[in-house]
Amino acid sequence: MIIATKKWFDDRPTMTVYQPAVTEKKWVRRALLSIALTFISACLILPLLMVLYEALRSGWDVYLASITEPDALAAIRLTLLVAAISVPLNLVFGVMASWAIAKFDFFGKRFLLTLIDLPFSVSPVIAGLVFILLFGTGGWFGDEMTAMGWQIVFAVPGIVLATLFVTFPFVARELIPLMQSQGTDEEEAARVLGASGWTIFTRVTLPNIKWGLLYGVILCNARAMGDFGAVSVVSGHIRGVTNTLPLHVEVVYNEYQFTAAFACASLLAFLAIITLIIKEIFYRNLQNQRVKS
Amino acid sequence: MTLAETKTKTLLNVSYDPTREFYKEYNVEFSTFYKARTGIDVKVRQSHGGAGKQARAVIDGLQADVLTLALAYDIDAISERTGLFDNNWQSRLPYSSAPYTSTIVFLVRKGNPKNIKDWDDLVKPGVQVITPNPKTSGGARWNYLAAWAYAEQRYGSEDKAIEFVSQLYRNVPVMDSGARGSTNTFVRNGIGDVFLSWENEALLATTKLSDAAEFEIIVPSLSILAQPPVTVVHKHAKNHNVAKEANMYLEYLYSPVAQRLAAKHFYRPVHPEFADKKDLQRFPDVTLFTVNDVFGGWQQAQKKHFNDGGVFDKIYQPGR
Repeated sequence: MIIATKKWFDDRPTMTVYQPAVTEKKWVRRALLSIALTFISACLILPLLMVLYEALRSGWDVYLASITEPDALAAIRLTLLVAAISVPLNLVFGVMASWAIAKFDFFGKRFLLTLIDLPFSVSPVIAGLVFILLFGTGGWFGDEMTAMGWQIVFAVPGIVLATLFVTFPFVARELIPLMQSQGTDEEEAARVLGASGWTIFTRVTLPNIKWGLLYGVILCNARAMGDFGAVSVVSGHIRGVTNTLPLHVEVVYNEYQFTAAFACASLLAFLAIITLIIKEIFYRNLQNQRVKS
Repeated sequence: MTLAETKTKTLLNVSYDPTREFYKEYNVEFSTFYKARTGIDVKVRQSHGGAGKQARAVIDGLQADVLTLALAYDIDAISERTGLFDNNWQSRLPYSSAPYTSTIVFLVRKGNPKNIKDWDDLVKPGVQVITPNPKTSGGARWNYLAAWAYAEQRYGSEDKAIEFVSQLYRNVPVMDSGARGSTNTFVRNGIGDVFLSWENEALLATTKLSDAAEFEIIVPSLSILAQPPVTVVHKHAKNHNVAKEANMYLEYLYSPVAQRLAAKHFYRPVHPEFADKKDLQRFPDVTLFTVNDVFGGWQQAQKKHFNDGGVFDKIYQPGR
């Protein structure tokens, strides 16, 4: 047994030396690489640079003025508020759902998995319309809500609901494969040693998934701040009240304030880039964790 | 002064696309006037979009206190479906509740390279016409009806008119959901040879925008008198305790200050005597007909042309 293992280890370096990782010719590699780079520049980098260029074209003063005018500030506040409500809710839901799905077997598990994926496949516009049909005047619960004096759609609660809907799968989708690959061994060991359910969760499960969880939260947050379609349907576009940052960009663009529109768009792009950087850091840690487990 | 009086009151004005600049300025004027008169601060919030879309939102529960939409039919539809205000709303204010009017003109590129003079030139092959979608945009419905009325008068029959408008819509490469979207398509993105536009949007494009010198306005031989009406949404205004403010907000639209402002923002005021002479000179003389003259009112026009299965659905098939 030991001899066999040793022989395998001895053989390995010679095998890799004679087996180059890439077999394609140099020009093929270069051509593929330059096509990919051209594509990325044309579709991603160029538009982003355009946003920055247009935003700063009239100078810093105009830029600052357009992101600090009352309606823009209200839009920024609303965007942050919506993210601050929907992301934690999705975090709690995502952890619970993936815990249930990854660690237990129950009837309807596949169905629940499919349901969680639903917001990925449904167009955001439909997501918005669903809430209008539920909570709008004449909707299923619309009249009850009105009777209680609650305004759901065309107000902040509707925007939060629509955002919750479209960001629903992000945390759960990230955690389920991670938890499934980790299995239930460590939890079972903790149980045998006498740990309570809560202790198992906080001392064993949570530390195991923390990087995956943060990664999911970051993605969820990016979508929560950037969504346009669903929010546009339920917003009512009331300036200074129900316009999120993406909606505000559209409003000022349509008012021929192109610089202001691009200034606010650059703010969104900036948030996205920060999100991507944080995501990259978390992703590396997550990869390390996966390798370890 | 009691506590209730010192509180700021908030009005929500749900409007259509091109009124943005006008109401931005009018709201400031009104707040100043109302504060001086009653001591109450009124903050007016705005919501803008394609008229049909905005009407739909109000039907679905958007809490508008006043409506300032593009055409009477959309307001009728809200009254009919929600009962939020009486269906005789249009008789509550002077001039059929339309404090300013407009019409439909053509915007073409500098020098008029396609030599567009009148409606007939829009149906020629190779001419690209920009107009929004009549299903969602109020301005687009005025465009459509103006073209229809011209063809019916010129060629003498309904069949000819159908032929004319279907030819016209075959020349439309891009159909936006609202007037402002179409202005951007034509002006900013450079698509199309002629843009069927609210006169106020066309004047805005040729005077205010940075690339104003690149366009000119062509006035057709015949066009439509567009009357964008206004009304109070009584139930909402009452619930929000702003009934008085909402009524005053609309009545004040007929005041000298507001009429002058309307003309400044390229709307034809119903009281031209209050407007600046210079502003009035920008409005060319056009033979105008009303929807009542030609179509027997908006209810009729809507039912025949724009409802599902109506004439527009029959003549417009995308991709053909």
